[in-house]
Amino acid sequence: MREYDVVVIGGGPAGLAACICVKEKGIDSVLILERENQLGGILNQCIHNGFGLHTFKEELTGPEYAKRFIDRAEELSIEYKLNTTVTDISTDKIVSYMNSTEGFVQIKAGAIILAMGCRERPRGALNIPGLRPAGIYSAGTAQRLVNMDGFMPGREVVILGSGDIGLIMARRMTLEGAKVNVVAEIMPYSGGLKRNIVQCLDDFNIPLKLSHTVVKIEGKERVEGVVLAKVDENLLPIAGSEEHYSCDTLLLSVGLIPENEISKSTGITLSNITNGPVVNDSFETSIPGIFACGNVLHVHDLVDFVCEEAKAAGKHAVKYLKTSKNVGAFDIKIKTSNGVRYTVPQFINPEDMDDKVVIRFRVANIYKDMYESIYVDDRRVIHKKRQILAPGEMETLNIKKSDVAGASSVLVTLEEN
Amino acid sequence: MRDIIIIGAGVSGTACARELSRYKLDILVVESREDVCCGTSKANSAIVHAGFDAKTDSLMAKLNVIGNAMMDKLCKELDIKFQRNGSLVACYSENDIEKLEELKNRGIANGVNGLRIVYKDELNKMEQNISEKAVAALYAPSGGIICPFDLNIGMAENAASNGVEFIFDCEVKKINKGDSFYELETSMGILKSKLVINAAGVYADVFHNMVSSKKIHITPRRGVYCLLDKSVGNHVKSTCFSLPDEVYGKGVLVTPTVDGNLLVGPTATDIADKEDTATTAKEIKELIKKANINVKNIPIKQVITSFAGLRAHEDAGDFIVEEVEDAPGFIDCAGIESPGLTSSPAIGVRVANIVKGILKPKENENFIGIRKGVLNPDNLSIEERNKLIKEYPAYGNIVCRCETVSEGEIIDAIRRPLGAKTLDGIKRRTRAGAGRCQAGFCTPRSIEILSRELNLPQSKISKCGGKSTLIVEAIKDSL
Repeated sequence: MREYDVVVIGGGPAGLAACICVKEKGIDSVLILERENQLGGILNQCIHNGFGLHTFKEELTGPEYAKRFIDRAEELSIEYKLNTTVTDISTDKIVSYMNSTEGFVQIKAGAIILAMGCRERPRGALNIPGLRPAGIYSAGTAQRLVNMDGFMPGREVVILGSGDIGLIMARRMTLEGAKVNVVAEIMPYSGGLKRNIVQCLDDFNIPLKLSHTVVKIEGKERVEGVVLAKVDENLLPIAGSEEHYSCDTLLLSVGLIPENEISKSTGITLSNITNGPVVNDSFETSIPGIFACGNVLHVHDLVDFVCEEAKAAGKHAVKYLKTSKNVGAFDIKIKTSNGVRYTVPQFINPEDMDDKVVIRFRVANIYKDMYESIYVDDRRVIHKKRQILAPGEMETLNIKKSDVAGASSVLVTLEEN
Repeated sequence: MRDIIIIGAGVSGTACARELSRYKLDILVVESREDVCCGTSKANSAIVHAGFDAKTDSLMAKLNVIGNAMMDKLCKELDIKFQRNGSLVACYSENDIEKLEELKNRGIANGVNGLRIVYKDELNKMEQNISEKAVAALYAPSGGIICPFDLNIGMAENAASNGVEFIFDCEVKKINKGDSFYELETSMGILKSKLVINAAGVYADVFHNMVSSKKIHITPRRGVYCLLDKSVGNHVKSTCFSLPDEVYGKGVLVTPTVDGNLLVGPTATDIADKEDTATTAKEIKELIKKANINVKNIPIKQVITSFAGLRAHEDAGDFIVEEVEDAPGFIDCAGIESPGLTSSPAIGVRVANIVKGILKPKENENFIGIRKGVLNPDNLSIEERNKLIKEYPAYGNIVCRCETVSEGEIIDAIRRPLGAKTLDGIKRRTRAGAGRCQAGFCTPRSIEILSRELNLPQSKISKCGGKSTLIVEAIKDSL
């Protein structure tokens, strides 16, 4: 059985950034396994600009952003396999994969970095009533059809969900000559970035209907129309508020789910809030030597943060290889309260942590003029004013090792003052 | 002039076609849709009923029990997954145990073997998630689960391999009685045949009434289902029914599917429109409520799709499988509602016997009853799999991530007899697109493969025929 020091599952931005970091730290025996026919992951279909503001201080398109990492990976002669599907990972880190040139292969890894990304929630998960015609696409599938395959999925569009891909696709479909009639969002706020609402909807006069959802899909063979209704505070449709929209296409941008089917069958503990693995401040999962980063861990808004996180995961994978022990124990579970839905990492190890650890989290609602606070035991060590907090924008706080020394509990919370 | 025209390529029609392909007959199956298994046969409970439910001495009871007994051999011959997981009918009050006894006795009278009542302790051991209120259940070990697509497609392919012809997208508009033959006016012109087998599902009354003065009437009875992710497929092991109850009425079933999902359904709503397979919020809500009566903690967040099917309910409430009295040579398979899937092999045999009586055909000595399904590499050893990939590299190329379906399997599904022509056709033959992402990832790839294999532009590739095309144009076409 062939052996590698580090095997990275997924060749998108997370996998590339993690693997580059590993290689730069002097680990030569690395391998990236990628199921698509090129490296770069979902960035390859994100041809709009706006990537890289944090990392490169310039606005790149998705493919341009990816290329910087792919070029670096090539420069470092990182080994990768394309069109390759990982079918299983065992707890003793044997990775099974399959492709059309080698067939079904098993390899042994010293450490594994999970970077499989996420997938879109389908219509069925929402139980939208009506017929089941052609013309219902998740926004990402439509994005692939338009941007990579060069096909228009339809000419008259309604979009359900105001996640970032939905907003980006509203603009994209409009630019390609389609008519986007409306974007409906069941929540009273958008799930996407503010800048995308301005640049993708407002600039094109596409109405955004908050607190609205699709209650019926019409058309036996191809979508012919949808019915929208306003929803009450329990998100249930209000009778009498129905409005009909004709369209041949319904795009769904109703949430992303980290792709953890393999992680689950390996026995890695998953969070039922993020749907990603539970990790400590080393990005190590519940199975020693298996790390996770990027959208497989929790869904991000910005690829810059994905890469930052991936780099950290790579660094700790190297540390694991060199010390061949669990790099960070699951010592203290970071508690959350008052609108903080989750944190990543979920655990922190005051003894072994880096001098500075980034805590990322999302909030449950729209909040104005609140403070983000971290308490270590009873001490408030961070108190940061935020004018606006929204579920669609990931928050970050940095916690210092010196602040956590000797602690027995850590709490991330929101406060009014 | 054909010997036989079969209207409808659902389970009944294709079961007849396969049985009749054992004889030297010129048979044509005419289907209005683009593929086999497009009506009632594609959207049902996907179970093989034991046979205790139908009234004793009804044709339903008889064909159910015969069909159930035929299933093991048939599935072996046709390479179809079939599992006798057993079924349970639970009741929630001591008083109702009497009704379970009645049901058991009816089952025994119908010829069902192995029936017994299980009480709370044993029941809880059998099914951890059965309702806490369940006090007892009728257990039928011969109940089973099957993939309806597989059964329908398997019988159709085997019939086709044995010489039966199929035409699709061909709608029968009118049937004229000739002098010992029938003339069918169709969307593809006039077709003539000595015998006609009417296996048209919810439309069987329409065709029957064209040739007979003794009218029948079929009501489409809509049933809504929710299909749950494979990760919760083992929530129950048996097919769990509820005893009809004064408070809750007729319940719904909760069952694993033979492919490992969890299925809950169906509701029952009588409708007028024979095409209205739309689900409604009301029915989905009712379904979830009722499913929670017999099974607890149903992880309803794991629903991956919901759908509706139409049962062909005839007013008299029984199957009609006979030569029409005032229309000699016109054979009905009408009112085939539940347990139609289970009964279909027996319907085929019954119809074949009627035909034999009329046409006295010679045996087809070239008949081969064995069919190989789409090769599933998951069933191979690593060595066999690697050999396969070496010979056909497409088997190493995974197209559908959720169900791990390779390009090789999709190509097999397209190239085989009566092969897939649409995305739904691929889904029903390989499960590509049937998983948790509901074809999000594999749709563009499947379109590409269909386009290449069928030598059609991608804008002509559809979800399910007709106007259901998936992309309207290539982007540069409009420039």
